Amino acid sequence: MSHSSAPQKVVFWRNPQVRIWTFQILMLVAFLWLAVSMYENTLINLRTRGISSGFGFLKNEAGFRIGESSGIVLPQGGVLWFLLSLVIGLCISKFISSHQKTISDGPLNCKWMSICLFFSIVLPAFTLYFFRNSIEILHYAESSSYTLALAVGLVNTLKVTVIGCVASTFLGLLIALGRLSPNWLLNRLCRWYVELNRNLPLLLQLFFWYFIVLQQLPNVRQSISLGGWMFLNKRGLFFPTLVPETGAWAFSIAVIIALTGVFVLFRRSNRLLNETGTAGKILLPSLGLLTGLPALVWLFLGQPFTLDYPVFKGFNFHGGTGLTPEFTALVVGLTIYVSAFNAEIIRSGIQAVSKGQREAARALAMKETQVMRIVILPQAMRIIVPPITSEYLAIAKNSSLAVAIGYPDFVSIGGTILNQSGQAVEIVGIWMGVYLCISLLISLGMNIYNSKVALVER
Amino acid sequence: MKFSRIGLVSLLILMSASFVQAGTLQDVQKEGYLKCGTHIENPGFSALNSKGERIGFDVDFMRAVAAAVNVKEIKFTPLTSKERLPALQSGEVDLLIRTTTFTMSRDVKLGLDTTVTTLYDGQGLMVRKSLGIKSAKELDGASICLQTGSTTELNVSDYFRKNHMNFTPVVFDKQADVRKAYDAGRCDVHTTDISGLAAQRSLMKNPDEHIILPEVISKEPLGPFVRQGDDQWADVVRWTINLTIAAEEKGVTQANVEDMYKNSKDPEIQRMLGKTGSLWKDLGLDQGAPVRVIKAVGNYGEIFERNLGTKTPLRMERGLNALWTNGGLMYSPPFR
Repeated sequence: MSHSSAPQKVVFWRNPQVRIWTFQILMLVAFLWLAVSMYENTLINLRTRGISSGFGFLKNEAGFRIGESSGIVLPQGGVLWFLLSLVIGLCISKFISSHQKTISDGPLNCKWMSICLFFSIVLPAFTLYFFRNSIEILHYAESSSYTLALAVGLVNTLKVTVIGCVASTFLGLLIALGRLSPNWLLNRLCRWYVELNRNLPLLLQLFFWYFIVLQQLPNVRQSISLGGWMFLNKRGLFFPTLVPETGAWAFSIAVIIALTGVFVLFRRSNRLLNETGTAGKILLPSLGLLTGLPALVWLFLGQPFTLDYPVFKGFNFHGGTGLTPEFTALVVGLTIYVSAFNAEIIRSGIQAVSKGQREAARALAMKETQVMRIVILPQAMRIIVPPITSEYLAIAKNSSLAVAIGYPDFVSIGGTILNQSGQAVEIVGIWMGVYLCISLLISLGMNIYNSKVALVER
Repeated sequence: MKFSRIGLVSLLILMSASFVQAGTLQDVQKEGYLKCGTHIENPGFSALNSKGERIGFDVDFMRAVAAAVNVKEIKFTPLTSKERLPALQSGEVDLLIRTTTFTMSRDVKLGLDTTVTTLYDGQGLMVRKSLGIKSAKELDGASICLQTGSTTELNVSDYFRKNHMNFTPVVFDKQADVRKAYDAGRCDVHTTDISGLAAQRSLMKNPDEHIILPEVISKEPLGPFVRQGDDQWADVVRWTINLTIAAEEKGVTQANVEDMYKNSKDPEIQRMLGKTGSLWKDLGLDQGAPVRVIKAVGNYGEIFERNLGTKTPLRMERGLNALWTNGGLMYSPPFR
């Protein structure tokens, strides 16, 4: 046998490269074989049992009613123009600002900034205004298709998920800060909150929030009236709605522009503060923006919104908007349950930031709130974001427990369709696909955010 | 939970190699037990008694079929309404008796077969007496509690659409939760099949506070489902149920069936009970099957009175479910 160190004459099955590739390919083949045989098996099984298959049934009339449905916004051709003008506007302002930077090497001056503002906000806003009819809002009715019914369910699920994620993060932060507080009582209370909520099953908590709380509320006819325009009873909380009038579009666009303007002003003054040490005046100009622009539109186009009050008629309140007990129970239950987990994640993240950082910040005479906001939390984020992502995924998935307390979420409506049409395999496929997409989107978003807060490595 | 159950059942459809369809009867007899899909809890139809035994109208027909094929044990699979059809399709159960309405699409499209109607029912609406409502036509704007994934959901939508009325549905997965929500005052109306309303009412805090409105908004023929493509098994179920109906017509009861078998001179009773001819052998059973069935559960009238009748908490009249000779719809084809 040769003892030379040169990598000569390795038998080919001992070559690591060959091995790696062989196993990868074998794995792929096995997977494909499994997938293909499962697909064929399904088709054969469905056929031999005389079960019709395919997704054609999605076009059929649904025929059932859905308790809570918000309109589905369907963009039409004109939205393309909006997107196009947005992209063009952003590109132009980006170009101008980078061009300006290279010339003056200081903060952008006011003239150029307003030009940027015009291109990136005002132009798209006006495109949106002129093409406003190109957005179609579909409202679900019994005669709508199964597809629209599923879309309504999806919107309901997303609604709960988004609200749950935001609310549970804020609540979790508060509880975490409470647990870190030197105040004995607050500390223990928060600890009990966490332990209690983490150790009770979610379904049990949902039942608690739904059935126990529902029992306590008065009947419709004995509603608690809050100031004569808000009503609370077993059917939910009813409050007035804004009804858009003719000027509503222009008005909302004016508000958006004003808000963006304030944001830009704020950024600019922050930058000035960092570069020169004195903050620019922002209070007066932003107040002017916020009141002036909408007021102008109001003046020229008339009252943009009117209020629609809930009125009791027959069996129930009509008009206004109602928050149903199903929706409320689901959001409250999910939020409280997940906030306990979030609190632990945030607490551990905060505690993981080294003590020296806090001491250094205090040495600079920062206030306690500033220490937390400017020094501790940004560093804790790196530790917090990855585990909190899985809590967000949990909210999206656990919202399917809605079916137990009568909230028409995606799974609940899918279940109805499954039973009406009998297309179990297809519906389960849609469920799996949609939840997979939601989960992947959440984790994509959180990963992008994570890469922003992560330690910059050089 | 629900999600995973249906997922599992669908996976069964996906994974199971295309096994031979025919031969449910042989399979059941070989395994020694009957796999039945049933309610989780629906008093009168299928619910657990204080001893933990499953009893009820639907259960009695399962026991009848089990007696016919001569197996001692029944394996009950409690199913929600949206799980029940996939459970039968996938082979998780061999017989589904769970107040399931016969409809054309279920018969034609889903690989299922309907058998014999065991109960002619209709969908009704229940409200609190205190509302002072006399007719379903006064329900415009009401909120209605109901169970997901049943024909109920479609019928009530159809009815309100037809009468230009509005309503808000609140849909639950389990009948017990529908009842709890209605009882708590979440809805004005509770709707399901009239027999089901009677059953649910018997479980409420104050059963006497509620009335079932006179309108019957749909036809709901309920009965056992089997998988399509196994004609012998469908026939076994069909003729076992026909036997109970014919037995009532001929006055054969749980108490007198042995006596009738020995002494009756009526040639149809003799054929029906397997004393003469070879009807039951031709079906693939043995000639002792009919006597076992009647001894196990009695005739149709006895089954009805025991579980649903006026002396039970459900207090149901025979109505449409009386024998055809008494003005009802219960009618068995001849045993010859």
